[in-house]
Amino acid sequence: MVSKRKERTVIVGGGHAAGALLTALLQKKYQHEVVLVGNEPHPPYHRPPLSKNYLTGDVDQESLYLKPRSVYENAGHQLRLGVRVEQIDRDSSTISLSDQSRLQYDRLVLATGSHLRHLNAPGADLNGIHYLHDIADSEVLREQLVAGKRLVVVGGGYIGLEVAASANKKGVNVTVLEAAERLMQRVTGPEISAFLYDKHRGAGVDVRLNTAVTGFEAGDQGHVAGVTLADGSTVPADIVLVSIGIIPETALAKDAGLPCDNGIIVDEFTRTEDPAILAIGDCTRHRNLFFEKMQRLESVANAVDQARTAAATLMGEEKPYDSVPWFWSNQYDVRLQMVGLSQNHDQRVVRGTPEDKGFAVFYLREGCVIAVDAVNLPLAFLVGKTLVQQRRTINPELIEDPDTELKSLVNGRLQS
Amino acid sequence: MGKVTFIEHDQTEHVAEFKAGSSVMQIAVDSAIPGIDGDCGGECACGTCHVIVTNEWFSKTGTPGNEEEQMLSMTPERASTSRLGCQVVLTDEMDGMTVHLPEFQM
Repeated sequence: MVSKRKERTVIVGGGHAAGALLTALLQKKYQHEVVLVGNEPHPPYHRPPLSKNYLTGDVDQESLYLKPRSVYENAGHQLRLGVRVEQIDRDSSTISLSDQSRLQYDRLVLATGSHLRHLNAPGADLNGIHYLHDIADSEVLREQLVAGKRLVVVGGGYIGLEVAASANKKGVNVTVLEAAERLMQRVTGPEISAFLYDKHRGAGVDVRLNTAVTGFEAGDQGHVAGVTLADGSTVPADIVLVSIGIIPETALAKDAGLPCDNGIIVDEFTRTEDPAILAIGDCTRHRNLFFEKMQRLESVANAVDQARTAAATLMGEEKPYDSVPWFWSNQYDVRLQMVGLSQNHDQRVVRGTPEDKGFAVFYLREGCVIAVDAVNLPLAFLVGKTLVQQRRTINPELIEDPDTELKSLVNGRLQS
Repeated sequence: MGKVTFIEHDQTEHVAEFKAGSSVMQIAVDSAIPGIDGDCGGECACGTCHVIVTNEWFSKTGTPGNEEEQMLSMTPERASTSRLGCQVVLTDEMDGMTVHLPEFQM
């Protein structure tokens, strides 16, 4: 008998989705050879702390890692870190790497994540203008966050606001510039936006809405000195953070001829058009049974859940992806937990008030709960998770009524 | 250094070593113990690291905080000694502790 080499599964990318996939394969005792190729020098790590307690220096680098590198390696998985995948050749089932080597695959999983949206404006290449995507970025920015300095954050989304809160805690004078009429407009409703606006203003952050940036003013030695606005004025700055979103990283897939449209197109089993190639995480636009439409999500929860689906697919199990998306953010003493996607709601119901210790906004569409945003009220988040999952129709008056126990809104109980 | 024994719902046992200061969730995740996910990395945001502490060790781990209590109150497998693993910071006194894992995480 001719001995056959062990089949090889290659994971492209070393982010949270890739790490969660390694873990799932390890727990399922997957028998193929597994090689992860990641362009950062780190094993897969938690990105959320990069704008929070890693930025403030309250946790160390090792604690960011999903697992110590040795855990994967002891299970027989190989990690090739600090190496970039340059090309996928589907005809020969090989990938070319930046260290000039080639690697053959039987199954390929694209977990390429995203890259940052850059602001193209005069002065955009001045020193002192930062972006935040990885550990190195966070460490560079951390060095700059010295009490008394002036930080201008361009973009009032998750990352911008989390950095604003972290910098404020370090005694930095912070200004947030948001082009839209409210904060986090893309992902939340007006009540939460207004609450966060008050929270940041109350902490001493100068938040300016409806404020478009036109460029950057140079100071000494090519260093940024200010941010210029559409009304002609300038906000003085020692440091600038541009946080205006991400773009899914689809170049490799596109070059290999795989269908991409605002993300690599995958089905509910994380399969691309090529049966040998899967894709997971931020880089995908996927079919999720829960939404009955194609969706792209930027979140840890999606990365982890798609990774688990991909592991099942690789194992030959049919386990469709049907998770309800959820998100979280921490700013000051605010724990924001969000479940579902609120964009298409036709009614909002507020439980409690921002003056209470915790409150929540329920988003309904045709009487059905489609999303819940909870502020310091984890119970509302978990109740919401069940209601959204079950597409439950609820009498809005019950949600509002403080005499209704939140838990009673859920008849059945939470299952995995 | 110390050891914690994790018992899965199907009674499979796993032993994980710890250094004081780590959380119960982190050592389980580091050892790839099935049945404890810790998706949010310990920010008490997801509720996927529910453990049930054996009675004799509960006085060492202490009781849940307010937000942790809210998370735990929604799990059908809630026991009187339930904790979220990310909120239990291990001390040398917890060497030898045993915790049980629920059948489902939230």
